[in-house]
Amino acid sequence: MNLRVLRVGSDALLVELDGAEETIAFHAELQRRRAAGGFPSVTEVVPAERTVLLDGVADPGALAAELPGWRVPPLRTPTDQTVTVPVRYDGADLAEVAALWGVAEAEVARIHSATEFRVAFSGFAPGFGYLTGLPERYRVPRRAAPRAAVPAGAIALAGRYTGAYPRSSPGGWQLIGHTDAVLWDPSREPAALLSPGTLVRFVIEEA
Amino acid sequence: MTVTITRSGLLTTVQDLGRPGHAHLGVPRSGALDQPAHRLANRLVGNPATAATLETTVLGCAVRVDRAVTVAVAGAPCAVRVDGRPAAWAAPVRLPAGALVEVGPATRGVRSYLAFAGGIAAAPVLGSRSTDLLSGLGPAPVAPGDVLPLGEPAGPPAGVDVVPTPAPPDPLLLPVLPGPRDDWFTARSLTVLAGSGYRVSPTSNRIGLRLDGPPLERAREGELPSEGMVLGAVQVPPDGRPVVFLADHPTTGGYPVIGVVPAAALAAAAQAAPGTPVRFTPMRRPR
Repeated sequence: MNLRVLRVGSDALLVELDGAEETIAFHAELQRRRAAGGFPSVTEVVPAERTVLLDGVADPGALAAELPGWRVPPLRTPTDQTVTVPVRYDGADLAEVAALWGVAEAEVARIHSATEFRVAFSGFAPGFGYLTGLPERYRVPRRAAPRAAVPAGAIALAGRYTGAYPRSSPGGWQLIGHTDAVLWDPSREPAALLSPGTLVRFVIEEA
Repeated sequence: MTVTITRSGLLTTVQDLGRPGHAHLGVPRSGALDQPAHRLANRLVGNPATAATLETTVLGCAVRVDRAVTVAVAGAPCAVRVDGRPAAWAAPVRLPAGALVEVGPATRGVRSYLAFAGGIAAAPVLGSRSTDLLSGLGPAPVAPGDVLPLGEPAGPPAGVDVVPTPAPPDPLLLPVLPGPRDDWFTARSLTVLAGSGYRVSPTSNRIGLRLDGPPLERAREGELPSEGMVLGAVQVPPDGRPVVFLADHPTTGGYPVIGVVPAAALAAAAQAAPGTPVRFTPMRRPR
């Protein structure tokens, strides 16, 4: 696997990969090694679009030299541990997304709910996951004017990602539906329903 | 046992050592900005460093206690008063039941820390009682009339007479390790960053120390895909003016990071008032 390691401060590394799939695969391998007791000093592992940040590395020079030699297995199509999220496909931008996709509104729901998603990374707000899985042709732009308040539970599209708003916040994503699932509850373990690496399927919930 | 806020100043928040370990969920680390001062205030009242204190901003705060309790104020120097009478700063002070303790405006620096024996026992969120101003986790900033619970005192107050306190920074000296995206900037930009042109902006907050001064020039155009951010990252937004990320910083960001200030240097940044000159010193990474 092609990767580039950048030093960050005194004890962090930024691992840069060729693409989104490679990043998810590398992150999964890193998590496997951590689960097996590797890198006990590491405090944070933060996946993003094309990078994985490791903070709190005990010997960053040595790990930076070691990482390019890692054998990272490609992502398998897993069969277990898929989180299902019930969705009412009634978002304010459903018609616009249908027009962008060139399909009927009901077809947006069908395509979206037939897709296997994976949480690539989180950010923006606690528990907000960036989910990949939709084919490239369903990429949509952000709204020209962001909304001041996107309701909690909104299911939305932007770029190649699907996101679910854990709580009401400003947002520029195209809203296609909403869920009553509790996406974020810091008193729950795990706090985030959609954490990096999680497989997700949206299921149509009739109004 | 409780305390009641009677004056909250510019901004007073509950802070402990924060909630590191959740950045992958989009959760900032948060925690006291001047950690040595937070630790000292706790030590003076016999608390472990993990106990929560009140972090004030510039104007201090005032708090009434319902029972007798030992308190201490550290961080930015300020006048401390108990029921109107002067009391010691950076030393344990025994309050009688019903007393009002006033943390005055900072005479220098920005943030004072008020510790109570037993610590502020607000409900922890993801293992921390810290107020996180970016994501809204933890208790809201305190307001007059708020009643906060206290924990059980853990140990006897420290028996120290005099504690060393660093003078507020002037200028603020920030060592910086270049990268990870220093190649996004012109070679001249690192020289500009190390120059004498920067001052702390009044728009600074717990998220970042914002700087006024010459813009840093990009060597390349375009957008950087969002990537993980560390504490102390010197991020350069499109206006070219660097921002040093503090405890409530976003966990990911799409603007390039020209360098990283080691965490140990950030306590001084927490005490740098608006207008303070800032001097970055690029360092070489050992080996």
